[in-house]
Amino acid sequence: MYDFNYHKPSSVDEAVELFSDLEDAVYLAGGHTLLPSMKLRLAAPTDVIDLAGISGLSGIDHAGDDLKVGALTIHDDVATSAVVRSVIPALATLASGIGDAQVRNRGTIGGSLANSDPAADYPAAVLGLNAQLVTSKRTIAADDFFTGMFETALEEGELLTEIHFPKADTAAYVKYPNPASRYATVGVFVARTSDGIRVAITGAAPSVFRATEMERALAGDFSESALDGISLDTDRMNTDLHASAEYRAHLCMVMAKRAISQIA
Amino acid sequence: MTEKSIGKSVLRREDMRFITGKGQYTDDINLRGQAYGYFVRSPYAHADIGEVDISVATDMPGVIAVLTGQALAADEVGSLPCGWMIHSKDGSEMKQPPHPVMAAARVNYVGEPVALVVADSYMEAKNAAEVVAVDYSERDPVVAPGDARSAPAIYEDVPENTCYQWELGDREATESAIAAAAHVTSYELTNNRLIPNAMEPRAAIADFNAATEDLTLYTTSQNPHLVRLILTAFIQLAPEHRLRVIAPDVGGGFGSKIFVYSEETALAWASMKLGIAIKWTAERSESFLADAHGRDHVTTAQLAMDEQGRFLGLKVKTTANMGAYLSTFASSVPTYLYGTLLAGQYKTPNIYVEVDAVFTNTAPVDAYRGAGRPEATFLLERIVELAARETGRDPVELRRINLIQPGDFPYQTPVALEYDIGDYEASLNRALEMAEYDTFAERKAASEAKGHLRGIGFSCYIEACGLAPSQVAGQLGAGVGLWESGEVRVNPTGSVTVLTGTHSHGQGHETTFAQLVASRFGIPVDDVEVVHGDTGKLDFGLGTYGSRSLAVGGSALAKAADKVVEKGRLIAAHLLDTDAGNIDFDDGEYRVKDSNQSRTFQEIAFAAYVPHDYPLEDLEPGLAEKAFYDPGNFTYPAGTHICEVEIDPETGVVAIDRFTAVDDFGNIINPMIVEGQVHGGIAQGIGQALLETCVYDETGQLQTGSYMDYCMPRADDLPDFSVGLTNTPCTHNPVGAKGCGEAGAIGSPPAVINAITDAVGVRDIPMPATPEKIWRAIQEVRA
Repeated sequence: MYDFNYHKPSSVDEAVELFSDLEDAVYLAGGHTLLPSMKLRLAAPTDVIDLAGISGLSGIDHAGDDLKVGALTIHDDVATSAVVRSVIPALATLASGIGDAQVRNRGTIGGSLANSDPAADYPAAVLGLNAQLVTSKRTIAADDFFTGMFETALEEGELLTEIHFPKADTAAYVKYPNPASRYATVGVFVARTSDGIRVAITGAAPSVFRATEMERALAGDFSESALDGISLDTDRMNTDLHASAEYRAHLCMVMAKRAISQIA
Repeated sequence: MTEKSIGKSVLRREDMRFITGKGQYTDDINLRGQAYGYFVRSPYAHADIGEVDISVATDMPGVIAVLTGQALAADEVGSLPCGWMIHSKDGSEMKQPPHPVMAAARVNYVGEPVALVVADSYMEAKNAAEVVAVDYSERDPVVAPGDARSAPAIYEDVPENTCYQWELGDREATESAIAAAAHVTSYELTNNRLIPNAMEPRAAIADFNAATEDLTLYTTSQNPHLVRLILTAFIQLAPEHRLRVIAPDVGGGFGSKIFVYSEETALAWASMKLGIAIKWTAERSESFLADAHGRDHVTTAQLAMDEQGRFLGLKVKTTANMGAYLSTFASSVPTYLYGTLLAGQYKTPNIYVEVDAVFTNTAPVDAYRGAGRPEATFLLERIVELAARETGRDPVELRRINLIQPGDFPYQTPVALEYDIGDYEASLNRALEMAEYDTFAERKAASEAKGHLRGIGFSCYIEACGLAPSQVAGQLGAGVGLWESGEVRVNPTGSVTVLTGTHSHGQGHETTFAQLVASRFGIPVDDVEVVHGDTGKLDFGLGTYGSRSLAVGGSALAKAADKVVEKGRLIAAHLLDTDAGNIDFDDGEYRVKDSNQSRTFQEIAFAAYVPHDYPLEDLEPGLAEKAFYDPGNFTYPAGTHICEVEIDPETGVVAIDRFTAVDDFGNIINPMIVEGQVHGGIAQGIGQALLETCVYDETGQLQTGSYMDYCMPRADDLPDFSVGLTNTPCTHNPVGAKGCGEAGAIGSPPAVINAITDAVGVRDIPMPATPEKIWRAIQEVRA
């Protein structure tokens, strides 16, 4: 890790202002991607803006229709929250399967989403539930948020502050973990919402995506067999040491059916 | 109080310090004024080194020195040697290209050290290492062992990249047996390359004292005396009596810490050159790149049987990857630790094996838990399984009719070894019973009812441990003896300090050896202290590998303890005014036969050190004895492993439902420690079978360089193990022990693959049998 300047602002405004003033700054949430990257010297920011001093960025609230999760809420809090378990149990299930206990007690939902790792779990829930992502300057719909591998609609210095999950009728997340890293080789989030059926897939492609062909098939017949005959385009799938594109495409179907079987 | 503790599961006395953070590992040691080293490593698999510009690095903050491979060559520091000379079948010596401590002219694998930066702090050393400018000219690398012989030569004087072409056994007789056989089974396999991944990364501190000219090297070694011998006799860094090597608590080795590496050697040289202590601790990334890897064989084989299924002949041709250089014992692994094991538990009368060892532009490959014996066992137990399936025989019964029987011992195999004792069918039967083989069909039906596949796989393994009779090893090319030393020092109050030349890095010697000696004397285990891992304290010893510590080191201690008992008998005879022949020793007491006259062990110890009433004219005072034990043969642990798997056909994911291991390790000192060794070995074997593999791409870059991609087994990948024991005590060592450290990793991989291929109904799935490979195999079966 190279030397860097450390900042600990106490408000979102202060954090955003610092970011714009500094040469090459990064926000630090749980640090579970940033710090290993810095240790490996793959990331070398001049300034690190630690968000831990900002009150109000962490917590779970279900006052209105939506489930509101602060960006600095750690995975374990989501996984074990009675509110989450009652309102969107699939979200708690997803959070309980991220990394290991150490990761879940440091890593944050906002950090995961802003990083947009192609194999991260949370993007599947955000896209599958059609969440709204509240930032320091606006609100972004999930369909517009994930723009590519490690890329999002967040602008330079824009800070994700809260995620609003509309309540789904039912939802399920089933993941096939990478045997080494336990990231999602494929993770499929299926939700029945007031806007219709949504199927979001993480791990399989450079970025989380909606499997619209599955959504269309399920709209008419919400059953495992409705997916028979669908074949996902292997050209868009990732290939790595652990799974070929063909196997990933197959796993997408299997995991989707398993998710459906949980809630059909 | 006295006790007999042999055979009791005494809790490991070392664990309290390990699990409470009170261990003293090399990285925990900090010397006053120590500097830190960081290595500049090659980013290329194969390249010529041009100019190495250290000017910017030298001026970086905190930098004390930047020492290049070229500077090291100028100081004429010797090449890292390989300790086992193998002769090719044409009689020629193996090719041993120079293995520079740091590369000066050419790099031959990614991660090879080219320079050492020494600085006041670790970070300063690392920062400066980044700006050492090495002018590399890339060359085409040789990566895959199967391609090595036809690829351009890496070394000018090593044609076809071939280190040696070794053979063992009777080629003509074996080929005749195959030609005349009723059935011949052929098999081609790759034994996947593994990265050892000891929990503690390698580390070293070299501390040269310019005033005394003493060099002390703290290092993560399984055999500190061997490190000293090599640095002294071969690399000529320091005279042997001026070099002290300390291997303190060491967090796992699995073979990877047997070897003398570049890093500690360069550190020792730099410490002498600069007159300061220098510390280096590997980052995990460095461990992946530069620890000696394991396995990496490509093999074809034929097994011939007669009409009754009796094995007639086995012919094996293996290409073994040595990596870029010969590591310390690399040459012995695919030869005398592999070819000699190909009889297994069977009475195969004709065996012939050829091994081509080849160089590639990859990290050196050497012994890893089992070392050659897992490769032999995998080949044999897979080809036997295939033979059973091809001829419609029950795989258990085919094995059973070919087993060497208890009445056949000593049994001379056609591949050099003479097994002293065993009862293989006893282990097989016990394993079948524990695995509930008779009800397997019911479990298979239950799995099928829920749409899953179930299979069972067997492995009847043997290994040769307890290295080794020194003269035999010497005839076969070993550069060292392979005996062991032991010393038993009785203190005046009757407590005992035991010194052993073996080294414990997870095996629990501090407990097992204490039990062994305590029971010899009939004193409490807590009265015995075990000292190891410091050449400044111990007689020369050979260290720990090849499951040798108890069989060889324990035997030395038993002999030394027996000498103590005999000297004590003379003292007791004097004190009790009788003849030594009239004194019995049992349970901590010297007793006059048919009398109530006795002296305790502690009283005798006191008398020996306070010799006021003592036969000084006939007997030296004091009570300490040592012994050097050279074994008469290898030991032959053997057993049966049975694996039962359930497979989800939709994903190919394997769940190991049951794993049964029944092992014959001879006499057992501490059953709990033995069981722990078996568990760990099986975990590593399952790791090889299902999860682990080292992958280089075609340019020689390591693709599995972190835990994101190199898949280690975790607790939830493993079942509860069902472990049992049989016992035919070793006939030729005083402990009757055979060794248990490697058996789990040797026996388990073929059991797992046999179970998976049985479940899927295919001939082969290469290791690691990943879910994708299994899923594809299922698709093919169903197509």
